[in-house]
Amino acid sequence: MGRANRPVSGRQAWWLLATALAASAPLAQQVPLWLSLAAACAFAWRAALTWRQWHLPPRWLLVLLVMAGTVGVFLQYRTIMGRTPGISLLVVFLALKLLELRAARDAVATALLCYFLVLGQFLFTQTIATALLAGITVLITTASLLAASDDRPQPQQQLRRATLMLAQAMPFMLLLFVLFPRVQGPLWGLPQDRFSAVSGLSDTMAPGTIARLSQSDAIAFRVRFQGAIPAQSQLYWRGPVMPAFDGRSWRVAQTQGAYPTVPYAGSGTPVDYEVTLEPHGKFWLFALEMPATLPADSALTVDYQPIARQAVRNRLRYTQSAWPEAIAGEKESPAVLRAALALPEAGNPRTRAIGAAWRAQHGDDGAAILAAAEKLFNQQLLIYTLNPPLLGADMVDEFLFDTKRGFCEHFAAAFVFSLRSAGVPARVVAGYQGGEVNPVDGYLEVRQYDAHAWAEAWIAGRGWVRIDPTAISAPSRINSNLAAAIPAGEGLPFLARAAWLKDLRYRLDAVTNGWNQWVLGYNPQRQRDLLASLGMSAPDWRSMTAVLSVLCGAVMLGLTAWILRNRLRVDPALAAWRRFTRRLAKRGIAWQSWEGPQAFAERAAAQAPLHAVGIREIAALYARLRYGPAPQGSDLEQLKRRIAAFKP
Amino acid sequence: MRLPELEAVLADVNRIILGKERPIRLSVACLLARGHLLIEDLPGVGKTTLAHVLARVLGLDFQRIQFTSDMLPADILGVSIFDRGSGAFHFHPGPIFTQVVLADEINRATPKAQSALLEAMEERQVTAEGETRALPQPFFVIATQNPTHQIGTFPLPESQLDRFLLKIELGYPDAAAERELLAGADRHEMVANLNPRIAPQQLIDLQNKARAVHASAALIDYVQALAAHTRTTPRWQAGLSPRACLALLAVARAWALLEGRDHVLPEDVQAVLPGVISHRLRPADDVAHTDSHAVAAALIEAVPLP
Repeated sequence: MGRANRPVSGRQAWWLLATALAASAPLAQQVPLWLSLAAACAFAWRAALTWRQWHLPPRWLLVLLVMAGTVGVFLQYRTIMGRTPGISLLVVFLALKLLELRAARDAVATALLCYFLVLGQFLFTQTIATALLAGITVLITTASLLAASDDRPQPQQQLRRATLMLAQAMPFMLLLFVLFPRVQGPLWGLPQDRFSAVSGLSDTMAPGTIARLSQSDAIAFRVRFQGAIPAQSQLYWRGPVMPAFDGRSWRVAQTQGAYPTVPYAGSGTPVDYEVTLEPHGKFWLFALEMPATLPADSALTVDYQPIARQAVRNRLRYTQSAWPEAIAGEKESPAVLRAALALPEAGNPRTRAIGAAWRAQHGDDGAAILAAAEKLFNQQLLIYTLNPPLLGADMVDEFLFDTKRGFCEHFAAAFVFSLRSAGVPARVVAGYQGGEVNPVDGYLEVRQYDAHAWAEAWIAGRGWVRIDPTAISAPSRINSNLAAAIPAGEGLPFLARAAWLKDLRYRLDAVTNGWNQWVLGYNPQRQRDLLASLGMSAPDWRSMTAVLSVLCGAVMLGLTAWILRNRLRVDPALAAWRRFTRRLAKRGIAWQSWEGPQAFAERAAAQAPLHAVGIREIAALYARLRYGPAPQGSDLEQLKRRIAAFKP
Repeated sequence: MRLPELEAVLADVNRIILGKERPIRLSVACLLARGHLLIEDLPGVGKTTLAHVLARVLGLDFQRIQFTSDMLPADILGVSIFDRGSGAFHFHPGPIFTQVVLADEINRATPKAQSALLEAMEERQVTAEGETRALPQPFFVIATQNPTHQIGTFPLPESQLDRFLLKIELGYPDAAAERELLAGADRHEMVANLNPRIAPQQLIDLQNKARAVHASAALIDYVQALAAHTRTTPRWQAGLSPRACLALLAVARAWALLEGRDHVLPEDVQAVLPGVISHRLRPADDVAHTDSHAVAAALIEAVPLP
């Protein structure tokens, strides 16, 4: 009977049950509820089988159950392909495999399935907590695999052995992680059923859309500046630009075409920075105004909005620079200007009347009209609030003249509308404003509650000019942050209000960011940078593989040496004896490696009768030291002295 | 320092069985290690005399069982006979109830009779008709068998052979020893005139002493290396079992005691190795009757001292 056919002992079954539980429990929130319950029943059945030593269920029953599970998963998802259906099927198989633990090979198969399920967790989340949990599960699975080959040691011994084995594997894991040639994008970036619900800006803006975002303290993106961080009031992160207005909401333009490079000339000192963007499922990237360079694989829309070639479904890192004082769109195309003037047929008569009056007064002087509009906003004493009253059909009129309470989208919309009614091209820009520097790692963290909307007007000779109407009424929103601008008592995320625990939160964010940057975000670029800093410039996959092999070999040797150190530690008496026999070998009396000390001494004494006494004494001393009970240190000293004095 | 009482025992035996110092020494080592001895040799080389002399010199009771093909277990263990006077069954102990048993030509008996003896050897007690009777102490079996190629033999299976701690061969004496034997006095008379050299209790003490001989870690490594070699090289059908390793160590301890040492040397292991392995290791190419000493020497020279 081969090793693979040995029956599974009770202890091994308990191990496998614990392993299966550890591997599948974290997936309970991913797989359907009925499957979690069914798996729990199978586990309980397994426990009863082991405890009561019942017979295993017959094969036909298991086949039926497998079919039922597969059909159940299919009915749930209408497919058995894809991430969640695939993992669900694996959970079905694991739970039922436990019910047919007949031989050692079933135990091994179960353990391997558990390893695979551990990997499956990473398809759903990749946080540090997931990694730690996976590490613990891998430890248990390894111990279980050890138990499958030898179930005699106690559980803590198995765990200790597994820990030792994993610790020995750790250097290889790190080497492979750092040096194995990377592919672009994380391996676990799976399509479709991710990103069903991620928060972030959308491509339309209506009253309330941005105010809703202010309730979320999720990170939108993190920024690391190469130089000094610009003033808070300059941190306008340009997102979707919305020129189209239908009377209620603003939308991004449907225009085709994009600039492959920045179409305007720069001025002033560029600001260099690196953005790590959390996935938001849309195409746009966020850039500090105005973008001076574009990230790889991206383009600039006609509205000067950087967009990626593919929707941002994975955490994305890109470097960029900005010209804070760039003049963009000095010679703007008529189509864009036309779009920036379009107004609905009717609505908001009061604002239109004021716009017409400005037009009559200032003619084509866009700068003067802009000043007039700013003056109007100032005079109206508008209030910046998270809870504005509901607005009717003429929302701009109502906001400006009746309710006078609004959030940034109200301000931006009203401002752009008033400029357009005076004949000045203008549009709404959505994005983020500000951000907070994490003092732990120095990254600027921009959160969802930093979402903002502002206005952009086209002035002849100056191109597109940014005006933030919110800043006119609530300058503290721009100069410090949202919490300073919103009246106390209005609901805001706890963190936005600052205060205690903030420091802890900063530290956690810094750890998460480090994990994102260096583990999840360790892409070919990062790898090249790291290798370059280690002195390997422009490594190709061949040289990387060579270095990897050499280093893995070195680690292997190191570990082997460490393991052999104890075994190779030579008994000092034996070392002295070898010195002695080498000396005799020079005289032609060679010690055979299998020869006992006394036998050798007799043979040597016969060949070298003059030294017979010395040889016999040394051999007797050595035999006593190496084979006798309670060897004494003085004997060893004497042996060494005798051998040193021995001159054949 | 060799122990004088053991030296006296050896001297007495050597005086009667001439030119056989090494087998005799091994027999005594086997006895000291509480094992049983198997002698495989031709008739007439002194097997019976050796057993008899050992019993006399050590002051032990002696019985001889001649094995035949029609022998039954009861012939060895004893039988219960109905006693009309007392109206009850009365157990008549068989010849095994003694301290030294010579089981002559054991491979001529059927396996049934063989196993009766071998079980008693292993357990040092006899269970007959539902009652368990302990055998006397010390208990030492010297079994002889004819070379297995002779006709009319039931070869002992390997599992049974393992019950014997040592297997030795006496062989023909050399010319000088044979001349002395022929010229000397009658052996039966000499045996009859022998006086015990040690008391049974003294023998038990010596057995305990043999068990306490120190085997260092280096020496146990050596025994393991020998066993590992037999298990990994294709030269043998199967390697030495852990029980065989225990046997090797036990005999080596007794040998060290005979040499007057309180610890075992590799030389002791090497000295007793042929006797321990010759009936336990079967060469893979099964060249029958390979000289056990040559086999052991090859094994010794293949395994360096750790």
